[in-house]
Amino acid sequence: MSDFLTVRVWRGDEQGGFQTFEVPRLESQTVLDVVSHIQRQLDPTLAYRFACRVGMCGSCAMTVNGKARWTCRTHVAKVAADGNLELAPLAHLPVVRDLVTDMSAFFDKWARARGQFHPTATRKDPFARIRPDSAQRINADAGIECIGCGVCYASCDVVQWRPDYLGPAALNRAWTLVNDERDGAQAERLRAVAGDAGCHACHTHLSCTERCPKHISPTAGIAGLKRAAMKAALRGDL
Amino acid sequence: MKTDWRARNHPAWWAFLVHRISGIVLTLFLPFHFWVLGMALNDAARMDDFFAWADRPLVKVAEAGLVILLAAHLTGGLRLMALEFLAWRGWQKDLLAVAAGLTVIAGVVFAYVV
Repeated sequence: MSDFLTVRVWRGDEQGGFQTFEVPRLESQTVLDVVSHIQRQLDPTLAYRFACRVGMCGSCAMTVNGKARWTCRTHVAKVAADGNLELAPLAHLPVVRDLVTDMSAFFDKWARARGQFHPTATRKDPFARIRPDSAQRINADAGIECIGCGVCYASCDVVQWRPDYLGPAALNRAWTLVNDERDGAQAERLRAVAGDAGCHACHTHLSCTERCPKHISPTAGIAGLKRAAMKAALRGDL
Repeated sequence: MKTDWRARNHPAWWAFLVHRISGIVLTLFLPFHFWVLGMALNDAARMDDFFAWADRPLVKVAEAGLVILLAAHLTGGLRLMALEFLAWRGWQKDLLAVAAGLTVIAGVVFAYVV
């Protein structure tokens, strides 16, 4: 292990460029540790986001050596064995400054995919009884742990090729709700995700599945949405 | 910012690329294939001449390449249909390996036969 890391960090907006820093190499150092060292010791004007530091909030996602990752849960030893790190903002989102992106479009697409829960019961009704081993519950469980970090969105080529594409996270959210039998907006949701910019636009690269830090497979949910949309169309409901 | 090429270096993305390129090349080949088949109806002697010309080692190698492309596109397409129509399992990379294996087998068998 060398004593220093050579770290290239994106500075400025979309038209910016990389600035190189030398950062002391430490044991068990995370990429977020490296960014924090630069901001606290070398250049206080560096803009970046983080909050929990333990993989719960998803706010520290960046492009590390070309791949979208949570910087807090990425050890330097795993991605920079040769002592070189390259840090850039997440792809496919407007760059506010340095390593900070504007995630508005990402979350707006969750709303466009009808990612809101629409209850069909009131607080006076008894609890819904859903078997833990039912197929729908298992499908919902597989996608429900998404924390909205944007890693899948930044890894998806279709988002780049087709900016109106809803993207893996929003479609994964829609799939968890399609499997929620308490929800009362199923038809509207399927219509929202079955359009040209919805599930059928997925090219099945599986990059979202490959990169998701929570090991969720949005591709699985998108495939499920395609099947659900096809069945609804055959029934004449779509 | 755009996707970095380093982010695309994983098996499923390479499978996509192989599927897309094999599809384009086969699409370009098909009109030529039908043109040669059409000779059977219009000009059998010319077709025989073509077969004689095609019986060269380099053309055979090109034919093996076409068989490999066809096998790759077929198995890749079956993989995608399994992925989209069957219940999801954790075997997506196994499917990829099966598709690649069958492609290689098809190529080897064709090369052995001709």
